[in-house]
Amino acid sequence: MLWGAVITLCDAAPPDNHSATAALTAAHVLQTVQVTGDAIAMPLATSSDPARGRELVMGRESNCMLCHAIPETGAQFMGNIGPTLSGVAQRLSAAQMRLRIVDQSRLNPATVMPAYYRTEGLSLVAPSFQGKPVLNAQQIEDVIAYLQTLK
Amino acid sequence: MSIGIWCAVTPWSSHSAESIPPIFSISPPASSTPLAPLGRSGITFASPDIRQLQADNFANPGMLWVTRGETIWRTPSGVKGQACASCHQDAQQSMQGVSARYPRLDTGRGTILNIEGQINRCRQEQQATTPWVYESADLLAMTAYLNYQSRGMPIAVTIDTDNRTQWERGKAIFHRRQGQMNLACVHCHEQLVGRKLLTDTLSEGHGNAYPIYRLEWQTVGSLQRRLRSCFNGVRAAIPDYGAEELLALELYLGWRSSGLTVEAPGVRR
Repeated sequence: MLWGAVITLCDAAPPDNHSATAALTAAHVLQTVQVTGDAIAMPLATSSDPARGRELVMGRESNCMLCHAIPETGAQFMGNIGPTLSGVAQRLSAAQMRLRIVDQSRLNPATVMPAYYRTEGLSLVAPSFQGKPVLNAQQIEDVIAYLQTLK
Repeated sequence: MSIGIWCAVTPWSSHSAESIPPIFSISPPASSTPLAPLGRSGITFASPDIRQLQADNFANPGMLWVTRGETIWRTPSGVKGQACASCHQDAQQSMQGVSARYPRLDTGRGTILNIEGQINRCRQEQQATTPWVYESADLLAMTAYLNYQSRGMPIAVTIDTDNRTQWERGKAIFHRRQGQMNLACVHCHEQLVGRKLLTDTLSEGHGNAYPIYRLEWQTVGSLQRRLRSCFNGVRAAIPDYGAEELLALELYLGWRSSGLTVEAPGVRR
């Protein structure tokens, strides 16, 4: 029902800002994303790095593997709450992945997958995470770049 | 800033409990009869080595806290030199089944008392001494000792007109999405039970084995410690120990666990 709408989301830090202190004090606006159908066609960053994306997918910041199995990573432990991401690039385009990572609830309001690039409509967020998306725009694109290698 | 976020009306703010299709519905209590659905204890989701550790009193590390609690029970404290045993005599007799009925409403004050709160009420009013803080060795030991006296007995937390409001509050907390991860208790502990969260099998979230010795903690911890850990996991603001919010949630969980047997002291990974 919200497909095609232009949504504006607020960011607390510029995409390339890795300083937690600066992130807490800065008040930046999340990029506007255009949702078309079940996808966001426009990348959130001009470049992307699948190697950095793999690190993010396996790391504690994004916690992808708490819920998803990605056998290609060679990881020993993987969750099974969400669908496996093995070969996900055969099933989803980068644009489709983008919407699912940015805000899966746009496709399924009852989803348990957190929105990774959204700060509005959340309740009782811990002070250290208030106003911040889970991943910044560059990180979203890096994760997509890695997931696109899973064919 | 936080108020603004809480109150923000957005296309996503409709993520209320009502929009989440439950796996099984919980009917509200109409009388003092416990109507909670019979659940499955968390220990049944644990690996065989953990189950064995909990079942064997000589191996269960939580029994060290029980033993310490037994000593404290008999030790005079406060200016009046009163021990727990001075009033309650033999805990194996007098405390049998008591913990299974907690948390309960303190009708005089209109607040929820969990077992920790009851212990501290006794300390302050009967022994005229200072309350123990949450997660102190003494409070954990006394909690373990008292709950151990109900081991094997069914939890019997009933809801009536007096504590109904607090039960409703706890139920709402259980079902509300919160934190940066935007998840509610009900998601993991009812809708996704049995699934793997990395290495952990999601359980139904019952507190019938608390306090538990958790290998991750390397110590015994209270139910509130575990609840706060979940708040932290979803990146939500963490209520203080003893907060009314956690007490209401404990009451709801106690009702929800009614019929399960007390397993204190439990062991978890």
